[in-house]
Formats: sequence, C-alpha cells, structure tokens
Amino acid sequence: MTLENNIKKRIIELASEGKRIDGRKLEETRKIEIIYDISNQAEGSCHVKLGKTEVMVGVKLGLGEPYPDTPDAGNLIVNAEVTALAGKEYEPGPPKEEVITMARVVDRGVRESGCVDMKKLVITKGERIWTLFIDAYVINDAGNLIDASAIGALAALKKAMMPVYNKKDDKIEITGNHVKMSTKKLPIAEEPIAITIAKVGDYLLPDPTKEENQVSDATLTITLNKKDKGVSLQKGGSEGFTKTEFEKALKIAIKNSKDIRAQIK
Amino acid sequence: MVYKKRYDGRKFDEMRKMKMEVGVIDNADGSAVFQIGNTKVIAGVYGPKILHPQRLRQEGKGVLRVHYRMMPFSVSERKNPRPGRRDIELSKVIKESLESAIFLENFGGSVIDIHVYVVQGDAGTRCACVCAASLALADAGIPMNDLVAGVASGSVGEQVLLDLTYDEEHVENEDVTDMAIAYNENLDKVTLLQMDGNISEKNMVKALELGIKGCNIIKKEMQKVLKKRYE
Repeated sequence: MTLENNIKKRIIELASEGKRIDGRKLEETRKIEIIYDISNQAEGSCHVKLGKTEVMVGVKLGLGEPYPDTPDAGNLIVNAEVTALAGKEYEPGPPKEEVITMARVVDRGVRESGCVDMKKLVITKGERIWTLFIDAYVINDAGNLIDASAIGALAALKKAMMPVYNKKDDKIEITGNHVKMSTKKLPIAEEPIAITIAKVGDYLLPDPTKEENQVSDATLTITLNKKDKGVSLQKGGSEGFTKTEFEKALKIAIKNSKDIRAQIK
Repeated sequence: MVYKKRYDGRKFDEMRKMKMEVGVIDNADGSAVFQIGNTKVIAGVYGPKILHPQRLRQEGKGVLRVHYRMMPFSVSERKNPRPGRRDIELSKVIKESLESAIFLENFGGSVIDIHVYVVQGDAGTRCACVCAASLALADAGIPMNDLVAGVASGSVGEQVLLDLTYDEEHVENEDVTDMAIAYNENLDKVTLLQMDGNISEKNMVKALELGIKGCNIIKKEMQKVLKKRYE
C-alpha cells in the first residue's frame, strides 16, 4: 500500500468519526486571517491566510479600450500564480493547467456575480475604459488555493480605490495608496464566495488541506452570491458526484459561504 | 535646482527605516521578508537538494539558482506577470552577489533555489532582494562565510546620497545616478555593482564608500534579527 493510500485511509477513518486530519470538525473552514494594504502601489491589496495556505492579492486599474461587444463596460483580467515560494514541487515558469483553471474559477466568480459594477468603469463609451486586474500570488500551499485566492480577490476589491484620472491628458495621475484626495471607491455590487469541497471516499470535505486535495476522488467548487444563489460551478478530478452528493455539497457551501463572507470587511 | 534637502527629510548618508522577519513561509527551508522604506520583498529558499536533470550537476560544487520576480501590483503601472529581460538580468546579478558567500563546495551534485518576489517597490528592489535572500539562506541553515547585504547609493547633481527612493531617482533637471551595491564584509569584496547615470570620478568612489558603509549597517541589523530568532 502506498503512502498516499495510507493517508487516504486515515482521512476516511477520521471522517467516519466526524473529524478532519488537522483536528477540525468535519464541515468546518480553517481559520481565516486577512492583512490589508500589503502594497501601497496597488489600488487594493491583501495577504490572506486560510489555515497555513497563504496568498497575496493585488488589484490594479489601468486604462484600456473596450471590447467591441461590450462598449459600455470595463474589462476584467484575473491572473493567478502559484509562486515557487509555495512549495518544493513548484518551479518558476508559465502557469500550469491547474493554476490557469484556478484563475478562471476566481474570474468567473467575480464576473458572473457582478461583484464589480463594470458599467461604472467606463470613461468614454466605446473608447476609453478601465481595465481591472486581479493578481493572486500563492506563497504557501497548504491546500484549497482556489477559495483562498477568491477570498483575497474579494477582500482586495472591497478595499480598492479608484486612481485619479486626468481626462484632458488621458493619463492616470495618482494610483495606489497615494490616492488621498479621492474618496471614490471601486464600485462593488456583490460579494461572491467560492467553496471548494473535496470528495474523499463517501465523505465531503470543505476547505480541503493539501493531503485531502491530493487523495480526493473529485472536487467541486461552488461560488455563491449574497443571496445564496449559485454564480459558478467547477468540478475537478477523475471521479464524479451523485445528485445526492451534489445537494449535500450545496448545503455545506451555503452555510460556509455565509461564515466566510462575514469575515471579509 | 540643487537637491539640498531630501524629500523625506533624511540625511544624505541615512538609509530608510528597515523591517525584517525570518521564517515567514511554512513550506520553505528558509525564508524572509525584508523591507526598507516602502520597498518590500519576500524570499524563499529550497535546498540543498539533488539537481535534476543530471547533466546540470557539477562535481564537487553546488549550483545556486535565483529567480527574481515582481508581483504585478508592486508597481504603479501593473507589471505584466511574464518575466522580462530585466527580471532575468536581476536574477543573475543577485545570484552572483551571493555565490562567493556560500560554501558551495560542500554541496556537489546539489542545487539551492532562491526565489525572491517584490511585493511593493520603491527603488532599490535588487539590493533588498540580496538582503532577503541572505536572511533566507541563513534561516535555511546553509553555511556561508558572511551575510551579504545590499543597498543602493548614488547622486543627485553633485550631491552623493544613500538609499534613493523612486522620487529621488526621478528628480527633474538634475543628473541622477543610481548605483546598486552588495558587499561581503568578511571577504571585503563588492559582489554586486551596477550603475546608471552621469557622475564624476570623485563622486563615484564616494558613492561606493557610502554604499559599503550602508551594507555594513544593514548586516548588523540582519544579524540581530537572526540571533533573536535562533537564541
């Protein structure tokens, strides 16, 4: 029996007693800590700790041109990287499929929920708009990078200030924390929360640790808005979920997302 | 205009306030955050470990690899996350500033990886990265002949000054010179030296002397932080 199988066996054993490998209750989220303003050059930024998983997230705004199909909305670009700081298995280089998927799931959560009122990021309709960049940099991987990155994205967005723009010269004059005169905040309209649940054996484990992530048969990320409505789903892994399991996962996600949302100022 | 008084009120030979912490990344073998003024960087060390593929291994000598990157939100205009020529060059000069300090001969066939990320940039990031990397190497317990420290020096007009900010690098209507320095006190060698600007022979030497003085002060601070952590 391989080490991985042994770990899996142990995780299932513990789950049958209502426990998790790190001592949590079965459906509990790890402790969340958010340190704001880690970069004074960012419009909004934070350092999120979800248990021992750590992510640095920054929000920047830049001038851009609208896409032809959305002349009356700003652009959103979400980028995520698991830096080589995060663990011995990571190397510098272009993001791998797992990491690109992670960025896409965070992107869809923000986009589909209408988290930012993109219509308010138009400077001149059809010509000039703001491009909103969200960059999530994982610096320590202890599992569930998606939820930690999504928490960081929301926290940084909620803190973000609009840069000072000079329309005459079409130039950004002041950015980041240097915006002191302006009290204009980034227009936030929703608060999406992503809940990832790992299926290990017959058990559904929200906020999986690295070990639980590794031995999981499948994962499901459910992103919900303030009204508990679903805004995005993403299944990962080689196995699947039954309808009953999906219903159960949804109930866990609804409960846990409320707890997490309440912790983001 | 003559630059008589620094924007932030410092003396010309005074560095910005520093803040350091080691052991900040749980998974890494060694790690550190180094902040000088508004420049803040984070470093992580993995290794020594067996180097793959085999053809890269060196007999009787460990290989040091350094990756310098900027987080996109560390600068005023969002930086494209894809590494550019600058990232690659700075990785190389940071690596070369540290190699002679590490007893690499103890680690034949192995590699030590150092990853440094700029979280918040306000000039002097490569020098801050040297300091963070040195702290992280020490935190990883890697034997070195000294802690290499780095700081920027330079001049605005005829005035030589230590640890320039971004605003000082962009003083208008004056020749500004920026000199990046790293110094190994035990070897008494300058192990990183880069300069851009327009500066007299006399002031160039003066800037270098000032930088070395600054590195020695930083090294003492680094030692204090490490002692506090491991005492």
